Amino acid sequence: MPDIRTETMTVNMGPQHPSTHGVLRLVLELDGETVRSCAPTIGYLHTGIEKTCEQKKWQQVIPLVERMDYLSAQSNSMAFCLSVERLLGLEVPERVTNIRLLIAELQRINSHLVWLGTHGMEVGAVSVMLYCFRERELLLNINEMLAGFRLFPSYMRVGGLREDLPRGFHAAVTAFLDRFGPKLDEYEDLLTANEIYLKRTQGVGVISKEDALACSLVGPIARAAGVDYDVRKYFPYLGYDTYEFAVPTETAGDVYARYKVRVAEMRESAKICRQAMKRIPPTGAYAVDDPRITPPPKDRVYTEMEALIQHFLIYSQGFTVPRGEAYVPVEGPRGEQGYYIVSDGTNRPWRVKSRAPSLLACQALERLIVGGLIADVIAVIGSIDVVMGDVDR
Amino acid sequence: MDAAALIASLQDAVPGVQFESVPSVDLQTTIYVPADAVVATVRALRDRSDLAFTLLAELTAVDFWPTEPRFEVVYILVSPTNRLRLRLKVRLHAESARIATLTGLWPAANWLEREVWDLFGIVFEGHPDPRRLLMPEDWDGFPLRKDYPVQIRKTPITNEPLQVTAEQFRENVERDRLTRS
Repeated sequence: MPDIRTETMTVNMGPQHPSTHGVLRLVLELDGETVRSCAPTIGYLHTGIEKTCEQKKWQQVIPLVERMDYLSAQSNSMAFCLSVERLLGLEVPERVTNIRLLIAELQRINSHLVWLGTHGMEVGAVSVMLYCFRERELLLNINEMLAGFRLFPSYMRVGGLREDLPRGFHAAVTAFLDRFGPKLDEYEDLLTANEIYLKRTQGVGVISKEDALACSLVGPIARAAGVDYDVRKYFPYLGYDTYEFAVPTETAGDVYARYKVRVAEMRESAKICRQAMKRIPPTGAYAVDDPRITPPPKDRVYTEMEALIQHFLIYSQGFTVPRGEAYVPVEGPRGEQGYYIVSDGTNRPWRVKSRAPSLLACQALERLIVGGLIADVIAVIGSIDVVMGDVDR
Repeated sequence: MDAAALIASLQDAVPGVQFESVPSVDLQTTIYVPADAVVATVRALRDRSDLAFTLLAELTAVDFWPTEPRFEVVYILVSPTNRLRLRLKVRLHAESARIATLTGLWPAANWLEREVWDLFGIVFEGHPDPRRLLMPEDWDGFPLRKDYPVQIRKTPITNEPLQVTAEQFRENVERDRLTRS
């Protein structure tokens, strides 16, 4: 009897694949259903944002950085503003700090909801997607209320916020938080003890604590593997050390642990939001009182000559930032995020570098899926929550 | 731990290396390291238990064209156990823009170094996979260099369709099968 020879098969997955969350391409070598090797190819979404930032004035960079990681737009712009403000030596009012923190936490819930919805859909729980996007709609409505733009509000500005909180903001956020807790319980009813979901996710895409650190994985992926590194606790910014919240961790390091961590994080974020709401008075300062950076209110621009000149200068020349470099880490929805900025003392940045947690997660993909089944590849890509805009920039 | 204490503790581990600390506005300890000592320094920083910088948070470069030294390679290290952050910088001249790779210490450095090579043209010696990461593989030039124009027009590259006979095709398939089995 002649030898039966088995061959491996090379399969190209993506870049146009519905579950690769954008344009990620994987070249998989399959032995039957088992993945023998995996080579991720990225760069399809590279738009040179970092180069473009060098041509823009400091304030004009904000809409650009919001479009990098498009699911956590306001975390990006907040991280950028914190770095620039550190270089300028600005102290923003406490009310602004609390509003920023509230918006960043709402953004985390928003991002995790998109993640939960798409991940649930990919492993077969389509109704979870519909429910998650229903709740996310409320958060987008809050964004629309703030700035008139649902995905990229550009509400954070260097020196504070673009304008004061709109009327009805507190009521809208409270209404969302009241609704969100019970709804999150409903999602958990659908998934946490669901036999099919457990079978698809437990023991799949496992990474150990040591490997997670060696691959520079931070955020929910690392916390699901037992690393309790969270910038909010380790290197507090925005006064996070004055808030009460827990950093949920798991030890299994598989897809199910990542799900548990993210759901628990949403609960903690809602808790932080409630504390922040108590600290934010409805009216008050919304930007630093610095005529170099903050444009005067519109009613003064229309009635006073000096205010008009100041407005014109800020929007035509911008402001200069002292020579130097700064990097302020923040905890975005995908882990440590931050902007390493270098200034040469002019009104445009010399270098803007975004720390991209998704790039490192994408790099670790190979470790997570080699040796597993091809059907699990979908679950694993979903679980690491990569945003290709953040990977390719 | 401030910069002076950190340098003192590094001097024990890596003798004979000149470290230079600079003040920083964002309160992150910043140290310049000579290019030839970077691997030894980073290994000491990672492995010594009083330092334990086990997380490579960021690896990037800055181009200061037209001044010399032209490039600065920046490593941001985090020590989760000691709650310390450190920014390590290396100056590189334009004519010798090469530095040793850190892929032996952290697998995470692989793509980060590929990105720096891709966008700045800094060579990482000993890198296991020195290809471009974000730009197409046949791209000319290094886009994030300051002397690289912001808007350029490139004529599209077209290739003649590959002509293979039926025999050559069968040979290719057979050779491909043998290399994979």
